[in-house]
Amino acid sequence: MSTATKQLDELIGREYQHGFYSPLQTDSVPRGLSEDTIRLISAKKNEPEFMLDWRLKAYQHWLTMAEPRWANLHHPPIDYQDIFYYSAPKSEKDGPHSLTDIDPELLRTYEKLGIPLKEQEVLAGVAVDAVFDSVSVATTFKEKLAELGIIFCPFSEAVHKHPDLIQQYLGTVVPYTDNFYASLNSATFSDGSFCYIPPDVRCPMELSTYFRINAKNTGQFERTLIIADENAYVSYLEGCTAPMRDENQLHAAVVELIALEGARIKYATVQNWYPGDKQGRGGIYNFVTKRGDCRGNNSHISWTQVETGSAITWKYPSVILRGDNAIGEFYSVALTNYFQQADTGTKMIHIGRNTKSTVLSKGISAGHGQNSYRGLIKVLPSAENARNYTQCDSLLLGDKCGAHTFPYIEVKNPSAKVEHEASTSRIGEDQLFYCTQRGISTEDAVSMIVSGFCKAVFQELPMEFAVEAQKLLGVSLEGSTG
Amino acid sequence: MLTINNLHVAIDGKEILRGLNLNVNAGEVHAIMGPNGSGKSTLAQVLAGREGYQITAGSAYYMEQDLLAMTTEQRARDGVFLAFQYPVEIPGVSIALFLKTALNTIRKQRGLPELDAIDFLNLMRNKMQQLDMDESFLSRAVNDGFSGGEKKRNEILQMTVLEPKLLILDETDSGLDIDALKLVADSVNSMRNPNRAIILVTHYQRLLDYIVPDLVHVLLQGRIIKSGGAALARELEKHGYGWVEAESTSRQVA
Repeated sequence: MSTATKQLDELIGREYQHGFYSPLQTDSVPRGLSEDTIRLISAKKNEPEFMLDWRLKAYQHWLTMAEPRWANLHHPPIDYQDIFYYSAPKSEKDGPHSLTDIDPELLRTYEKLGIPLKEQEVLAGVAVDAVFDSVSVATTFKEKLAELGIIFCPFSEAVHKHPDLIQQYLGTVVPYTDNFYASLNSATFSDGSFCYIPPDVRCPMELSTYFRINAKNTGQFERTLIIADENAYVSYLEGCTAPMRDENQLHAAVVELIALEGARIKYATVQNWYPGDKQGRGGIYNFVTKRGDCRGNNSHISWTQVETGSAITWKYPSVILRGDNAIGEFYSVALTNYFQQADTGTKMIHIGRNTKSTVLSKGISAGHGQNSYRGLIKVLPSAENARNYTQCDSLLLGDKCGAHTFPYIEVKNPSAKVEHEASTSRIGEDQLFYCTQRGISTEDAVSMIVSGFCKAVFQELPMEFAVEAQKLLGVSLEGSTG
Repeated sequence: MLTINNLHVAIDGKEILRGLNLNVNAGEVHAIMGPNGSGKSTLAQVLAGREGYQITAGSAYYMEQDLLAMTTEQRARDGVFLAFQYPVEIPGVSIALFLKTALNTIRKQRGLPELDAIDFLNLMRNKMQQLDMDESFLSRAVNDGFSGGEKKRNEILQMTVLEPKLLILDETDSGLDIDALKLVADSVNSMRNPNRAIILVTHYQRLLDYIVPDLVHVLLQGRIIKSGGAALARELEKHGYGWVEAESTSRQVA
């Protein structure tokens, strides 16, 4: 092995930097899943009847289903009876009322992650609905948003305060019968975020949620529902890190987006969960169902994701282009290192006339990482003049990793125009030599080349998030930002 | 400045350089000429620190340091610059970012303060004007979609900005039209000074019409078999490499 390759291996072999564990007292329901577990979760959250009924129907349906096997992923069987389905940080009273009520240990955890809530409140102008394990612990800027009629709150709060909206929209994009993991989520989801933007309102700030898995052996099942009413606009950021754990942790979230006529939703994710160690032990199993519904004419939904963590990623943020002239976009950077596996991509379902979709996927594989792009472009007979452009690029670092592309194209309308471009390249010793011959260190060179490769996707992220994304790539590849 | 003694270099067990000797002093311009496969590019790559070559014998000293023991970036930071024959593409990385990173790393090594964006831009404007390059060049990705001539010009731009001490140009004349060739030659000539040494690796004599070397070496089968003044290049052009080869063989026989 040459020195350059060795250096490359050292650089990409750095330890996960967010691996710590907060010794919080947790309040868990017993291990395993049964109707009783679901009733207990529902009771703990003091849910109305309709919510419990929905959960139970989902559970009954889940019992009839089997895990999907079509993905290019390999993992030992998951024992669904060996998982805690609910754990919440214990608080002295019913719940925290302000930041001062929050467990200081928890606040310190956020600080270690570089998200000091207090500073964020004041400086960043970002409203943070922080999900720590399963219960939302802090919601800020609520009042300012409320003035505009915007609802941004924990899902469990929305169930109580806005049951009509929940009943009207929950499960209308991802029904509880959708797939194995979505059904599991529907039955057991612990909390999440809810957001409603009223007609003609432009949400004045980026809405943000930081998810974090903390308690040992606790699968976290968030449920997020975002509705942009007619001509409304919202940009939503989701960022994730998780502390180091030895056992695999299951994560099966569901996100539903609904854009009514003329509405626009931008949803951005940076995911940096524990990827497992260098031997491939541990790490998060991330099975996520994210789907947006461009329900009204001229609506627009974009997904942007930077996926650097998790041992296994199974995730296909999709857009149903139902309204005429609707636009769907998917911008993705997925990085696999160590023994990480990612099977990720998107689905663009064209139903309305003149609907347009753009897919830009950048996969980076390092170490023994395996990265698969899987994308479906479906044009139904009703989708007159549908347009799709897909570009799918893979970058390989080293010679033990892999990149795979699985495009599916189904066109049932002859006026459709669907383009697909794919490329695979390797950070070669040629590129590294070129940089180091100019005095640039190998570390900075790798960082520069990878950032360059991802540039087109980073441009789609909000400014402060682009910086964060670069940092996370840095953590995953070099340990520091270049 | 550079002293190479009995250098033997192999790639995948096959010997390319077989006992090469070369002495380059500051202020000199050396041309290394030879047919394809003679080991010219290997020499350039080995001096710059390219991985993948086995050094089986010999030594190379650069400013009293063991050059072969230095990492690629150390060599670059200490002033060794290679203008590549085939510059690689780095998509998404602008020339501005690339060159600013390189320049500031090298300035740090030299004990100079790092340049901020404004000073850097002023410096670049100045250098690019000399090379008749448009400012928009700065925001283009390194060599991405460049024509052959643009790639070579980019190498020369980097050279003039980084101000190396030992400058190695590997077949920089290939793929250039006559105007571009003159421009490149002008830039190289403007870099000539008593503290800097230049090694031109070239197949043809053409470049040497514009950059007149102090010494010309003929490299054949991994060895320098003949050295002389600028006139030697013209003789080579007239008689071809076979002439030197025949001469050297007959000398060996005699």
